[in-house]
Formats: sequence, structure tokens, C-alpha cells
Amino acid sequence: MIPSAIWDPEFECMHVDALRELQLERLRKVVRRAWGHVPYYRQKMQVVGVTPSDIKTLEDIRKLPFTTKDDLRLCYPYEAFAVPLEKVVRIHASSGTTGKSTVVGYTRKDMEVWTNVVARFLVAGGLTSKDIVHIAFSYGLFTGGFGLHYGAERVGASVIPVSAGRSERQIQIMRDFGSTALVCTPSYAVYLGELVQGMGLKPGDLKLRVGFFGAEAWSNRVREEIQAKLGLFATDNYGLSEIIGPGVAGECVHQNGMHISEDHFYPERIDPDTCEPVGPDRRGELVLTTLTKEAIPLIRYRTRDICMLMPGTCPCGRTGARMSKITGRSDDMLIIRGANIYPSQVEEVLLDVKGTLPHYQLVVSREGALDRLEVRVEVSEEFFADEMKKLNELDRQIEHKLENVLGIRASVKLVEPRTIERSEGKAKRVLDLRPKE
Amino acid sequence: MKVRQLSIFMENRAGRLAEIMQSLGDAGINIRALSLADTSDFGILRLIVSQVDKALEVLRKAGHTVSLTDVVAVEVPDHPGGLASVLTPLREAGVNVEYMYAFVEKATDKAVVIFRFEETEAALKVLAGARISVLPAETVYKL
Repeated sequence: MIPSAIWDPEFECMHVDALRELQLERLRKVVRRAWGHVPYYRQKMQVVGVTPSDIKTLEDIRKLPFTTKDDLRLCYPYEAFAVPLEKVVRIHASSGTTGKSTVVGYTRKDMEVWTNVVARFLVAGGLTSKDIVHIAFSYGLFTGGFGLHYGAERVGASVIPVSAGRSERQIQIMRDFGSTALVCTPSYAVYLGELVQGMGLKPGDLKLRVGFFGAEAWSNRVREEIQAKLGLFATDNYGLSEIIGPGVAGECVHQNGMHISEDHFYPERIDPDTCEPVGPDRRGELVLTTLTKEAIPLIRYRTRDICMLMPGTCPCGRTGARMSKITGRSDDMLIIRGANIYPSQVEEVLLDVKGTLPHYQLVVSREGALDRLEVRVEVSEEFFADEMKKLNELDRQIEHKLENVLGIRASVKLVEPRTIERSEGKAKRVLDLRPKE
Repeated sequence: MKVRQLSIFMENRAGRLAEIMQSLGDAGINIRALSLADTSDFGILRLIVSQVDKALEVLRKAGHTVSLTDVVAVEVPDHPGGLASVLTPLREAGVNVEYMYAFVEKATDKAVVIFRFEETEAALKVLAGARISVLPAETVYKL
């Protein structure tokens, strides 16, 4: 652990009762604003027969309809805006890899909130005004680059807007400019770490001290790898452009869950199948309501990100709920024999066996009335043994661990390398062969 | 004395063995001995070849999972009880055999048995003590 401060103690360490009161007050306001200024929302509320005056407690939020990415696409580009464009000072958009992109706008006050919540997690993860911040996120429609940029400037650090790409030049800048803080995706950090080693740099050549990695799900194992290779202290942060961009939540130096800025974002977690609330210790889809956003208020936005909430208070003193790392996407969830199964759970088991992740695929089929789950695992040289009994043992070991983690039996099939279908370099993780009803 | 054997992971699929043999054949590699252990889903193909390193490269390039394993080639007297005379001293010394397979040497018509021992060094000592003829690796690759 490294020393750190608290950026906004008044709100970050607010007493929980006062926080709930503030949330309710802000929730009622945001619902009224959505009702009054976004026809699309009013229609959605009218369909389920709810009006802003029905919201009397925080629990009443459950009466409100969910908002999804599809809703935002229908509102493309500006229909979801609750303010006229003259009040909007910034526009971002999410990538349109799965369809039309979603457009988000910020008023001057939204920008202020955004900058502030980013500053919160930067300071929580150890950033100070003395740091030199190397931002390797791309600058553009993606919220990562600009979000971190303004937050780090607000903290008073020296910000280098390197942007993405040209990795060797990145390392040269880090070395020559004496960067002490790195901002990028965790996978890019791993890549930079490998490159640093490949270039034969010695640990003292880089001054990196802290790293803030987000925009992708990553495991603690990856964290260890990044910390070891780059010689820095790494924290995770979470956000999505629809809500505000980075800054929805971020880890403190305890590296144990991301503190949600609950005074701005109200978190709920639901079973993605039934849409009913789930307990804090169970996996559930994160649903967020923006409590203060002016340009695009979002009510009960389904993030599709699966996480848990960490129990207990954090020793750092912050009172906001802590969310675990994202362990999957609800789009990926499978219901097999009544159990909710995520490919990421299988991934954890496989990673655990040899410390390295093989290519794998979940094949779900139906035999008679019963669902059957088969996990195909490509046998790489790390997993291969010349003896039959060792391979059989590997097979059984994985099956046993899968049953423990998933709660249902799965059969393991060892397959040859490169036999699992890949599209665009990514393996297809799930093959659902069950007949569609 | 140790012979380097190639072990290849194989799914039980039609034509798989033929594909492997074809890529080795195209590279001019001769198979000296072969065995296949299998279950209903997968198998392990074990090969002794003329050029081990080249074969390893060819197979890895073709995307196979391959490993190298040390085995021991023993010349077994071609008469009743021949194999027993090799196995008895091993059993008495408590040396375990993981697996074995046999082939016939062309020049002498003698049987050669390939052994994979749990502990190869210990096994070699026992065989030497019992004056059992272990074939040098170079001889086996050229058989």
C-alpha cells in the first residue's frame, strides 16, 4: 500500500444516513427533470403507470422502468437530452461496434462533476499534485482520454496527453519526461510492460509510481503482472460513457473494491433474468441512476456489467459502496438447469489449474429434457502430459472445480489446439445448441 | 542411453493420424516406432523418429501440442520368457513402468521394447546391473 489522501471528504466520507437523504432528494429531482424534459422517458413512465410524485423513498426507484442501450440508440442522436444544445459544452459517443453508437452530452456543470469524480479516484489511488501523468488512452469520442485528463489536471498533476499508439515512443516519453503515473487500459499496460522488458530497460530507468487502469475488465493476476513489470502501484476504475465516462467508481490504495461515487450515481443490482434485486454477496447486473446529470439524466440504466458489492466498511474511511471487479456481462449469461452461468466463472477455474488461460468454449446442448454443459479446453503444451493418467486427472480436476464454482455438473472435453472457432482473433466463448423456444 | 520420444496430443477424429503422418512424410522424416494410447475422446500418439528436432519443429508449426519424453529402448532376446527376463529385475528393484510398446528390428529380427519408466535413471542402473542390453539413442533413430 502507498500513502494517499481523500479528495472530497465531505461527500466521499459522508455519513450513510445523510448520504441516503441526499440521494433521495436528488433522485426525486432527476425523475422530475426526466419527466418534464425528455418525452421518451415520460412515455416509458406512463406505460408502467408511474409519475414523479410516486417516488417517496429510495426503494420506490423500483417502480421506475429500466433504461437500456437500445433506448439510447432509439434516441440517436439528441432525443435523450434534457437540455437544449446551447447548454451542452461537450459531446462524446460510445463506439458503435455492436450497433449504432450512443451519443452523450455534458453541460458545464456535468463537466464539473465528471472532473471531480475522476479526481476522487485518482487521489484515492495515490495521485498527488507532484505527479507527472502519462495518459495513453485515446483522445476523441471515447471518454477515457479526456475524462482522465481533466481529472488529473484538477488534482494539479502535470498531464502529458500522449494518447494511444506508437508504443516505443510511449516508453521513450515515459523515460525522458519522467512520467510517474500511467493511465491506460490494463491490457495495454501488460503490453507496455513486456515491451519495457524487451527493450532491456532497468527498473530505475522509468519513474512510474502509480497506475490507473480501466475501460476493460481485468483480474488480480493481471494486476500483479502489471505491478511487477512496470514497478508501479495499480488501481482499477470503472465508468461508462452513458453514465458519465470514467469516474463512476474507483479503487483506493486498499485495492479492495471500487468506491462508487454514490452522491452522483445510485447503484442497484439485479438478477438479469428476473430483474429482481439480488443480495450484495451475489453476482448481479449493475444498474445505475445518474443523480445529478443535467444533459442526459439516465434512470435505472442497465450496464450489463456483472459484479458483486463488497461487504463492510473500507479502512480508508470512504462510505460509498464498493463494487467488485466486473466479472462478466449479463449478455453472456447462460441459464443452464436453472443456474446462472457466466463464461468468466469457467475462465477463473481454468486459470487456476495451471496459472495460464487456455482457449476454451462452453457448449450447451439439450438431451431430452436436460441441459448439458460441456467445456472444451484446448490442450496447449502447458496442459499436456505424456501420460494418460495425468490427462485424465486434469480432466477430472477441472470437472470437480467447475462443479464447485458453477453449482452444476459440466463435462470437460480436451481438444487439440486451434480447433475452437475464432472470429477476429477472439475465441467464440459460447455455443448454445439448445433449440430456441 | 535415453531416447527422445515425441508425444502428440490427438483428438479422436477421422483422418487425424493420417494428417500427422503426411506432414512428417513431406518433411522427409522416418518413423522408427509408434504407439497410440487412447480414450473415447482423445489419445496420445508416441513416436520415435529419425530426426527428432526437425519433427518437433514440423509438428509445432502445424499447430500440434507436442512434448519430448525420455524413454529407454531395450533389446529383448527373441525366445519364450525373453521379456520376462527384462521385467523381473525391474520388478525386484521396485522400478515402475509407466507404459511400453514393442517393435521388431529389421536387421537382426530382434524385438526392441520402448519403456517409459517413472524414474529413468534408476531404471537404467537396474538394467545395467542385470546386463540387459540398452540400445544407444543414435542406434534407435537409425533403425
